[in-house]
Formats: sequence, C-alpha cells, structure tokens
Amino acid sequence: MTFNRPDGREFDEMRPIEAKAGIIARADGSGYFKIGDTIALAAVYGPRDLYPKFMQDPTKGVLRVKYNMMPFSGSGDRVRPGASRRSREISFVTERALLSAVNLEDFPNAVVDVFIELPQTDAGTRCAGICAASIALADAGISMKDMVAAVSCGKVGDTLLVDLSYAEEAVEDLPVADMPVSFLPRSGKAVLLQMDGQITKDEILRALEMGKEACEKIYDIQKNALKEKFLKGEQDA
Amino acid sequence: MGNLLVQDKSVVVPGEAIAEGMDFLPASGTFREGEKIIASKLGLINVDGRVVRLIPLAGKYLPKSGDTIIGKVSDVTFSGWRLEINSAYTAMLGLKDATSSFIMRGADLTKFFTFGDFIVAKIINVTSQNLVDLTLKGPGLRKLSEGRMIYVSPHKVPRIIGKQGSMVMMLKESTGCNIVVGQNGVIWLSGKPEDEIKAVSAIRKIEAESHMSGLTERIKTHLGNGNTGENNDIQQA
Repeated sequence: MTFNRPDGREFDEMRPIEAKAGIIARADGSGYFKIGDTIALAAVYGPRDLYPKFMQDPTKGVLRVKYNMMPFSGSGDRVRPGASRRSREISFVTERALLSAVNLEDFPNAVVDVFIELPQTDAGTRCAGICAASIALADAGISMKDMVAAVSCGKVGDTLLVDLSYAEEAVEDLPVADMPVSFLPRSGKAVLLQMDGQITKDEILRALEMGKEACEKIYDIQKNALKEKFLKGEQDA
Repeated sequence: MGNLLVQDKSVVVPGEAIAEGMDFLPASGTFREGEKIIASKLGLINVDGRVVRLIPLAGKYLPKSGDTIIGKVSDVTFSGWRLEINSAYTAMLGLKDATSSFIMRGADLTKFFTFGDFIVAKIINVTSQNLVDLTLKGPGLRKLSEGRMIYVSPHKVPRIIGKQGSMVMMLKESTGCNIVVGQNGVIWLSGKPEDEIKAVSAIRKIEAESHMSGLTERIKTHLGNGNTGENNDIQQA
C-alpha cells in the first residue's frame, strides 16, 4: 500500500528550504536554515580561548556543540527549558557529524562553540541544525574540509520518504521508520546515521541513496546562502 | 592539463573544488585532494600563475609574521608582557624586544607597560602552536596614549589602509587625527574629540561600503561634508 503524503509532496521531495548566512550580529558566524516549518538558527563563536585550561589540547582545537529546542517550539506541550537526555544526545551526534568536516588542527588550545537553537519545529530538527551549523561555521571563517548537509529519511507503511514532517512521523496506523542522515557532499561520506523503527537492509540502502541526493540539493542551497552574503558586492577591486 | 573550475576572484565555500590537475599549486586556504584543489575556507579565489590562493572573507585575525598590530596588555610576567590581540590567541612581548634600556632583574615591569596599556607592535614569529612573539623595535612601534580605540573586521583593514596607505593618509589629512591601523583590526585615533568622531564615522563607512566601487571618492565627499556621524553607531574600546 502506498502512503500518500499529507502535504501532497512527491516521496523524494523535500519541503521548501530557505537558508541564510550572517544573521546574528554579535556572533563570529551564524546560519539560518528553514525546512518546511522547522527552523534552525546556529551561532558560532571562536576560535577563542578554552577554559578550564585542562580541557585545552595542544595538538588540536576543540569543537563544542549545543543543540536546544526552545520552550514554545513544538506543536504540543511546552518543551522544558534546559538540557535533556534527548538534547544531549543530539548535541553529541551533531558534534560528531561536524567534527568530520572541521580542521581542528588549525586552532590548537582553542575552542569553537556552536549553538543551535530551534525556535519552531516540525520534525527533522537535528538535520536542520546540522545544515545551519555548517553554514555558521563557514561564515565564521573556520577552516573545513567540506560543508555538511543533512536530511531525514524514513519509511511510512511501505513507502520510503525524504524529509518527514511531524504529521508523517507520527502516523498512527502504519509502521514508521525514521532515519536522519548527514553527508559530506563532496566526498559522499555519511557522517550521521541514526534510525528509529523497523526497516529492512535493502530499504536502508535505498533510503541512503535518496538521502544523498537530497543532501546534494541542500548543499547547493547552503552554498548559495553563503555566497549571497558576499555577492551583495564584495569584490576585490 | 590543469583547468580552473571556478573563476578567478569568485567567492567559494569550504569543500568547493577550485582547480583540477597537477599544474596548479595549493596555497593558503586551499588543499589538494587527489587531482583537485579544494577550498578550506569561505573566501575569494586568487590565481597567481600556477598558485591558487584563498583570501578569507570571514573569521578571526590570524597572526602573521611581519604584521603590525595593536595589542592590549592583559598580563605582566617575569620576562615580559602578554597582549590581547583581538584573535583566538594572545601574544608575548619579551623584555629584550620591548626596550633597549637596561632593566634590573626583578624590576617592576608595570613601570614600562601596565595592564590595559595599548601597544603598537610588530609580530616577529608565530609558532605552529600559534604562540605569537612581538617586538617594539622598529619605526612607529610604541605604547599608545590619549586617543580612542575602535575595532573593525580584520578583513576590512586593507581597505582602511588603502593602496600604499592612501586611504589612511586621506583620513589623517582631512581630520587632523593621528591614526594607527593594526592588521588585527584595532585602530587607534587621537586628535580633537570632534575630529576623532569624524574619522570614526568615515572608518565605519569604509567598513560598510568597502565592497562597492568608487570608495575613495565617496569617503572624500563624506569627509568634505563635515559629517560628524552623529547617527552612526560608534563603538568605543
């Protein structure tokens, strides 16, 4: 049985995306990523001094990521402010995903802080967070091997989908599998892969392919967002 | 045979392929992966013969040997002074490099420079761990007093200085202020208060409009108008 998406999208079609760079004046770099009704803001500070000093690493820098959903961001209950088990885990996996792109050895003994805030959510928050953070890191002038793009894939009923909305993720009478993935667009390496639900091996491989294709589209949007900020006229005269 | 994949002077994002083939050589801000030269930062591409260089558009000041910078004394140690230089790292000004006069062992070093003093110094060495050594030996290198400090983006400094110092000369002549521009984006101005405000507003204008052509002309008219820049956001150090 084929699952028809409630918003009438194609199975491999993402929600409309909007991305911007440099939206937070006081941060060293910042990014905005909106996919459907999910909005992620990322601010990057640093490289700067790392304290307490015992955390410093003379061989490479440190990347710290904090993911946070704002209290009023969800569609149901108020999200309790502060760290939760869920947000700690997402901070951790986001950090791991970004680590594979950032050249830490360029800032020994220093730290780069990434703060991801979600003022409005409709599923796919960790992926939107990674996309925003990647824009923010590039905007902060941090040396990176590649950008990082992420999207959620999944299965509702027997249908494989890209970029699930909350309405799709929470379908009650069909089995749902949710699989956020993140890729380095140039090398095509996966840097985040989580899964929740039931899915076969063959379906995972197909979902990964769909995710990769979607990430390439996201990469183009990220690239344009960064260039737009400077193409307002920045030229070397 | 090598070929460029992007245009010279275009904006690239991290991970973007710039050139293909072994004929091109990767310089600062770029790296080679296989046959391709990849950008590692957000910046402008500068192709100089076979050398492909990236001029960063964002990010903190990166200490470079030979740069003249303005630092603020943040610590006084046994052997010299530690300076904050508007970067992720601090700089050391050693006793030997600070003065040619004889200093007794155990002398009170705050008599020479004390906490909060601003010093124009030159970077003599930057190690792999980003330890920065400064010297005061050279023309114009000294402790600064009586004036105001403003902070600008280090990437705008070349525009504020202008070709062969033409822009800063114009600022000095038309405002009558004494101006020192540090490569790290710290600028010292000293003159009559109203002249200082005039110079600050002109610098803020350069910062905001540095990417548009005809900058020198516009700054000239701006200065000629007797614009006091009362409406501008003047950030004082």
